[in-house]
Amino acid sequence: MTDLALRARRRTALLAAGIALAMIGLAYASVPLYRLFCQATGFGGTTGRAEATALPDAQTLRSLGGRTIKIRFDSNTAPGMTWKFQPRDREQTITIGEKRLAFYRATSTAGTATTGRAIFNVSPDTAGQYFRKIECFCFTEQTLAAGETVEMPVTFFVDPAILDDPDARKIDEITLSYTFYPVDNPAPKPLSAAATKIENKG
Amino acid sequence: MATPSAYAGTADHAHDHHDDHKLGFVQRWLFSTNHKDIGTLYLIFAIIAGTIGGAISGIMRLELAQPGIQYLTFFTQGNLDASYHLWNVFITAHGLIMVFFTVMPAMIGGFGNWFVPIMIGAPDMAFPRMNNVSFWLLVPSFALLCGSMFVEGPAGFNGAGTGWTVYPPLSTSGHPGPAVDMAILSLHIAGASSILGAINFITTILNMRAPGMTLHKMPLFVWSVLVTAFLLLLSLPVLAGAITMLLTDRNFGTHFFTADGGGDPVLYQHLFWFFGHPEVYILILPGFGMVSQIISTFSKKPVFGYLGMAYAMVAIGFIGFLVWAHHMFTAGLDVNTKMYFTAATMIIAVPTGIKIFSWIATMWGGSLSFPTPMLWAIGFIFMFTVGGVTGVILANAGVDTYFHDTYYVVAHFHYVLSLGAVFAIFAGFYYWFGKMTGKPYNEFLGKLHFWVFFVGVNVMFFPMHFLGQDGMPRRIPDYPAQFAQYNQIASYGYAIMAVGMLIFFVNLAVSMLGKRRVEGNYWGEGATTLEWTLSSPPPFHQFETLPVIK
Repeated sequence: MTDLALRARRRTALLAAGIALAMIGLAYASVPLYRLFCQATGFGGTTGRAEATALPDAQTLRSLGGRTIKIRFDSNTAPGMTWKFQPRDREQTITIGEKRLAFYRATSTAGTATTGRAIFNVSPDTAGQYFRKIECFCFTEQTLAAGETVEMPVTFFVDPAILDDPDARKIDEITLSYTFYPVDNPAPKPLSAAATKIENKG
Repeated sequence: MATPSAYAGTADHAHDHHDDHKLGFVQRWLFSTNHKDIGTLYLIFAIIAGTIGGAISGIMRLELAQPGIQYLTFFTQGNLDASYHLWNVFITAHGLIMVFFTVMPAMIGGFGNWFVPIMIGAPDMAFPRMNNVSFWLLVPSFALLCGSMFVEGPAGFNGAGTGWTVYPPLSTSGHPGPAVDMAILSLHIAGASSILGAINFITTILNMRAPGMTLHKMPLFVWSVLVTAFLLLLSLPVLAGAITMLLTDRNFGTHFFTADGGGDPVLYQHLFWFFGHPEVYILILPGFGMVSQIISTFSKKPVFGYLGMAYAMVAIGFIGFLVWAHHMFTAGLDVNTKMYFTAATMIIAVPTGIKIFSWIATMWGGSLSFPTPMLWAIGFIFMFTVGGVTGVILANAGVDTYFHDTYYVVAHFHYVLSLGAVFAIFAGFYYWFGKMTGKPYNEFLGKLHFWVFFVGVNVMFFPMHFLGQDGMPRRIPDYPAQFAQYNQIASYGYAIMAVGMLIFFVNLAVSMLGKRRVEGNYWGEGATTLEWTLSSPPPFHQFETLPVIK
């Protein structure tokens, strides 16, 4: 076998191996890409997170003619979570584009301080990208002392863009669902203080 | 093209035989670097693994023969919950064994190793030692998978009951024991073995063709292995990545697929099926190649529409990467996404239709004969067409919402794989048996094997269409009595099929023990590829002087 033939083979093999490695890389790259994709499209009911400045101004609001939409609130706890977790109101009817505040109440039945993290989802899926949260207890981990009860706020609005989406504009009811999962190793500074403070106000 | 006599009696040949005798058993079979010996090892491995996987499905059909749990409790000392889990372990093992340790080793490792170098006029594979590594990685991989059935999976039960798809969260929080870790490691090793094999095939086919053997003159079997090798190279690393994420989710606290850590279990499904869909083409493409050779041989005609056949395989391979989410129609895709995946999936029926059409057109007006391999090849076309039609039905997202995870799907993929791929393997096995062993198989037993097997698998799998249409879910050991009739028929079908396999093993024994020999080209003028220019079996090293293709 000539050196030339051997070198050609080695080059083909290395190229092929490079392709295989690139595909492993692509598998890992898909994790952040998928997250971006979900946030951009609201795929699978991923909700949008927005700054307060993203709220539509008064003029836009007026031009919408005050269309309302019913928001239903749902709560779940994962197995192993020792909290009682419920929305204060089962449902609210809100005007599209209007900022709203809703509360969930959590009571710890554990004997010690426990930490949980809420994961959210919106149904129907196509409404996800228009359901925008400005502030939410689900943005951070929550820690409850033994037997403590807190009220946890979520500030949100429904983006008027929903009225321009042919797949979503006829939706008249959106369900916001939270599931609290136990956190074994809470972050060093749990931020439950924010939640309890709101409780005092409310 | 060179004639058989050009190679049969040369000094090189005699020298090779001398070589042959010099190698001890360990040298020849454990440290083998010869593509034909490695091919033989792969085929033996596939037969053993296929027997184990087939025996597991025998237990499954036995249990499903009537409603209620009758036989699984035998393995679990009467514990019903353990029986239910054992069922999941069985379906998992059956699927993984048949996919990774039977069909892939037989088609790619076995026939690919044996005949790709010969068909392109090469003396061996590009990297013979790596070829050996590929094979011997498969053995510990298979051992790990079998071993995983005997260690703890979910709390209190043994084995990985995750299905071959290993979806989280069942495979993560649902299986805290080490069984799933063992299965994942097994898949890693099998994947590494296949990737090395794919690199070897690509290098061999692209660099080692004999003078005059252009890409567009390559036999279709070589084309099919080339396309398959590229599919392996592009899809298996994605599976490796996905199951590595699963492994770190399980053991090192990452949250790729756990919702409470911000991950998404549906992402795993995307990654798995990005691999999984090309994988089913990996299982069937070499079969396409073999069937093309066989139909052409026994029609005594070159294959109809050669270029169309070759590029249909390329097209199937390419589109195969763009349709994965049709396995996930019930996972919450929106209607536009489903529409795309429905349309893209149906487009695959076009190149597949070209292939079926061209096989029939090859036979049309040909000088047909019907020895055993031709029967299997025609059986393949029939079966694959039935499975293809149900595939087009399932491609409709709306219809699939109803059929998802029912026995209709089980019937569909067994028609294309168990009946398609396996028929192709048997077709190739009988076609090349004399070439590989130098001995003829028994024609009567071969044909009997075909007919009994053909009747058996159809009796087994066809009623599953009815069960699925009636809504019987897959992956359950028990069912309402209304499904009893067709399940019983399906189980009879298994028994008939098992008799067919018995005939196969008798044929194997009778043929191997026989003293008769076959000539170099025992199929006559229809067999035109290079392996028929060599003796049967071919010399230990062939083509020391490269053949020249006109």
